[in-house]
Amino acid sequence: MNTIICDTCGHHNKEGTTICEKCGKPLNQDTQKTLLNMRYDGTAIRSKTRNRSIIDKTWNFFSSIKVGVTLIALALIASAIGTIYPQETYIPQTVDPSEHYRDQYGIPGQIYYQLGFHNLYGSLWYMILIALIGISIFIVSIDRGVPLYRALKHQAIKRHPKFLKGQKLYGEYSDYTEEDKQQLLQHLKQRRYKITEKDGHYLAEKNRFSRWGPYVNHLGLIIFLAATLLRFIPSMYVDESMWVREGETEVIPGTNQEYYIENQQFIFEVYGDREEDEIFETALENNGAIVPRHYETKAAIYQDTSDKEVISEPELEEIKRGEIIVNQPIKFDHFHIYQDSYQLNEFQSMSFKLHETEDADEEAILEFTVDLVDPERVYEFDNGYRIELNDYFPDYELSDGRPRTTTNYPRNPGFVFFVYGPDTEEAEVSFLAIGQNLAAGENQYKLSLTDFDVRNVSGLTVRKDLTLPFLGLGAFIFMIGLIQGMYWQHRRVWIHPTADRIYIACHTNKNWFGMKSEYEKITEGTPFTEIVDQENKNE
Amino acid sequence: MDYLSLSGTLLYTAFILYLVAVIFFAATVRDKRQEKQFTFVNKFAITVTSVGFLSQLGYFITRWIAAGHAPVSNMFEFVTFFSMMLVLALIILYAIYKVALLPLFTLPLVLIIIGYASVFPREITPLVPSLQSHWLWIHVTTVALGEAILAISFVAGVIYLIRQIDQQKSTYRTKWLEIVMYSIISTIAFIVVTTTFSLTGYEAEFVYTVEATEDREETQASLIYHLPAIFGKSDAELVTDGRMDALLPAPDWLHGEDAAKKLNTLVWSLAVGLILYLLIRLFARKRVAALIQPSLRRTNPELLDEICYRSIAIGFPVFTLGGLIFASIWAQEAWQRYWGWDPKEVWALITWFFYAIFLHLRLTRGWHGERSAWLAVIGFAIIMFNLIVVNLVFAGLHSYAQ
Amino acid sequence: MSKLEQAKANKKNKKRNRIIFRSAILVVLFGALAFAVFSNLTADDGATVDVGDKAPDFALKQVATVEDLGDLQLSDYEGKGVMLNFWATYCEPCEREMPYMEQLYPVYQEKGVEIIAVSVDATELVINNFVNKHALTFPILHDKNSQVLDAYGIRPLPTTYFIDEHGKVEERVLGELSLERLEGYLDQIVPEGS
Repeated sequence: MNTIICDTCGHHNKEGTTICEKCGKPLNQDTQKTLLNMRYDGTAIRSKTRNRSIIDKTWNFFSSIKVGVTLIALALIASAIGTIYPQETYIPQTVDPSEHYRDQYGIPGQIYYQLGFHNLYGSLWYMILIALIGISIFIVSIDRGVPLYRALKHQAIKRHPKFLKGQKLYGEYSDYTEEDKQQLLQHLKQRRYKITEKDGHYLAEKNRFSRWGPYVNHLGLIIFLAATLLRFIPSMYVDESMWVREGETEVIPGTNQEYYIENQQFIFEVYGDREEDEIFETALENNGAIVPRHYETKAAIYQDTSDKEVISEPELEEIKRGEIIVNQPIKFDHFHIYQDSYQLNEFQSMSFKLHETEDADEEAILEFTVDLVDPERVYEFDNGYRIELNDYFPDYELSDGRPRTTTNYPRNPGFVFFVYGPDTEEAEVSFLAIGQNLAAGENQYKLSLTDFDVRNVSGLTVRKDLTLPFLGLGAFIFMIGLIQGMYWQHRRVWIHPTADRIYIACHTNKNWFGMKSEYEKITEGTPFTEIVDQENKNE
Repeated sequence: MDYLSLSGTLLYTAFILYLVAVIFFAATVRDKRQEKQFTFVNKFAITVTSVGFLSQLGYFITRWIAAGHAPVSNMFEFVTFFSMMLVLALIILYAIYKVALLPLFTLPLVLIIIGYASVFPREITPLVPSLQSHWLWIHVTTVALGEAILAISFVAGVIYLIRQIDQQKSTYRTKWLEIVMYSIISTIAFIVVTTTFSLTGYEAEFVYTVEATEDREETQASLIYHLPAIFGKSDAELVTDGRMDALLPAPDWLHGEDAAKKLNTLVWSLAVGLILYLLIRLFARKRVAALIQPSLRRTNPELLDEICYRSIAIGFPVFTLGGLIFASIWAQEAWQRYWGWDPKEVWALITWFFYAIFLHLRLTRGWHGERSAWLAVIGFAIIMFNLIVVNLVFAGLHSYAQ
Repeated sequence: MSKLEQAKANKKNKKRNRIIFRSAILVVLFGALAFAVFSNLTADDGATVDVGDKAPDFALKQVATVEDLGDLQLSDYEGKGVMLNFWATYCEPCEREMPYMEQLYPVYQEKGVEIIAVSVDATELVINNFVNKHALTFPILHDKNSQVLDAYGIRPLPTTYFIDEHGKVEERVLGELSLERLEGYLDQIVPEGS
């Protein structure tokens, strides 16, 4: 590591330093004609060595702002590409993505899919891109924050005249009294400047903390990014979804069978049936479809207190009861259960009656109800009739001419009934489904649907996210840093008396207009009011 | 008078007051005195602006009372609110810098935005359960304020560019600046065209066939045009008598039911915008920017540059808070995840990335003046893209188009 | 030591410290990156109970039997290999592999391998009909509350576990099995010494 020796005070400065750390004399001769570059207060932002190792090379690569900004720009472009077509998570669940993109968007869609852009934000390369930004932020902050902190902490009060002359706002005054100077200092104090003095030289400074803003907000970002990684730790994060039918109790997924939930009631309301909805009339008409106002699940949460060694019939103990409403999840033991979606009016039971086929009045010989979740096989009656539920298809469909069920749920139930009359030996076979009532041959008896019960199904999401406090902390620190850096400015005024005159220079890290107008107020009533903006002078 | 019609009147009043304020600000620019001096006309003009703002605030409050929820839940309401925040941002920055050019250029933009809002259906819409949260207004108002403050940097940037770019010869910079001018004119054209045809009650219905899918049979659907159809859906048939049939079919790669209609509106706006633009060029025999340039001579470009940057410095934290942090908190409450890569979310992130790049380039690499002004223009283009294109074209949680 | 030498030594020291400091930070940062990449690649690929894990013990009601046989507990079969099949009546691939299981059941039962099929259907009647139709003889269990389904983290149906005589998962198969593959897997869990 080479050093630059200041020819005025003899101080050894690190290579890369542009302004002498001790006396403030500009070290780079070229800068004399123009203004001093005050970024990082002229300290060496990164050390350069001749025999760089791979570590140093990597370090220096990431410590470059140019690299950081390029990475952000790449992330920006990549993110934009991801919005051209919907991401995989937003296309219908039932379709095959490889076909969907081609069918919907043609050749461009297919290319989009094949390049993997349909899952861009979950892709490895996007994640690596964001991680590289994180690495860059980390290294940049250390590389610049530390020397800047040191430079400002140990800054010299007495600076070389060339330092003052190299500032953007600079003035030389010969006609002044000691009183004027004192008044100036007084005004600076009133405006909350911290004044330090050495050999009659003054440094007035305020809001230095604003310089730490970028480093604080970068710290917040790093905490945030690190917190997103915590999600990969299994016990930190649970994301499951479930359906619960009214009246049913289900195990809550993701809780290791410890918790169960009962859907006691599902309430669903739409707009348009209350008096105060009048105001929405036009909008509702234009919309056409019904607009839900409110839906909620009245739920009870149970804990299984049985021996967990063997998974068996749980022993449930209620631990919580309440409503799960959109925007108001129910919470227990770090788990949040959210109201997500719903299916209305799923069949629960169906009632039938038996009558003579020939009977025009369809007078009921007998009536019975079939529970669609746990149906009984045989229905026997005192008058000698017997009905057997021979086959049952909860979600009936004909496939290759054969009836079968396509799901677990009684959405479209189909029944094969065997009817035994008091006087018939052979069973009469009837097939019933919604809109179908078929008899095998000439039946004496006929079954008809008389009634049915429905219930609602509540779609719930189970979440446990222990990473949230860390994410929140990161976001909070980020905001603090942003406000600290953006809403305050670090301002300094140097006062340098010589034998016959006084030099005054001002510096602010940003918002020169504010610095100028503050200078006007500080120097009000003193002979120092005129100050030259040396940048504009050059134009 | 009920609250809803009162709110309509207040919004109308605000519009008129902004218009009056523009005229007075225009008068101050012609004033020969120094810009720093806060003249009587200046004071009067900013007072009128502030009264206009209060009137618009009145619109907001009365509409809130009428609807029972914060009026930021559809395109009309959001865009109107954005215009209101733009006025607030203007008042804040005007109070700091007292540059009369800023309101002179911002208020017409506000008028255009209110005009743009009025093109959308104005009825009060009911809120679906996921939107029934205090976070609705907390999130939306903060985002709108943040974006409005950022928009001021665009105004300052455009003034800077018009003031600084050499109009003696044609360069790529003058060309790009003309593109910016043309975009603004096209927006005006959009409002003029839509309003004109809507006043005449133009309506043309097209019928087309929706192919059968697995769970739906073949059906007929109709598309109602409120502008004469230049582009029509390729397989649609005109059924309204005495209306113009589509001149051209919309290209096949455009998908979505309304794509042809949206393309039609876009083409109308761009075409009428072009006619207006060419008329100006024809009569003035100058570039539009060159036409404005002489009246900006006396402004201090350094000050404009600082306003351009300062509004980003002020707006960026507000935008971050509303657009990313509040948005995440609400998303966690309502949709169980703080981030879902919905197009609107992604574009908020893109906006944030962009202004982060702006600040880094400015603060560490010294991108001042013209480069900084161009970036401010691009930033505003991204915000407008997110506000208009993402809402109207991309489907998603924030899609106000139905 | 001369001043110059001291300065040199000092400088060397500083340089070494810097390399150590930078290396440490880079290791931490790239370590985090590697962790993220690794986690992303190994994210959720199906069930939670994986090859090499101990198969969670459970007790479920036997269905489709003539008389009430009560609960069947997995740990009762310790010392035997167990093929644990998760299925449902509405799942067509499940239906296609059932005859293979029935065919091989008596053969492997002699070799000390049991077949247990856990149905996740909601309705017992439907299971009974299915079992009668296919004349299945191996034990059929009914996971009515989906507890076992949840414990094993089953996503696609069928999912089949091949568990050795010590209760350790030897193999896990997502999706349908052919007769040959089924035989191959069953051979793997034939207890030693039998």
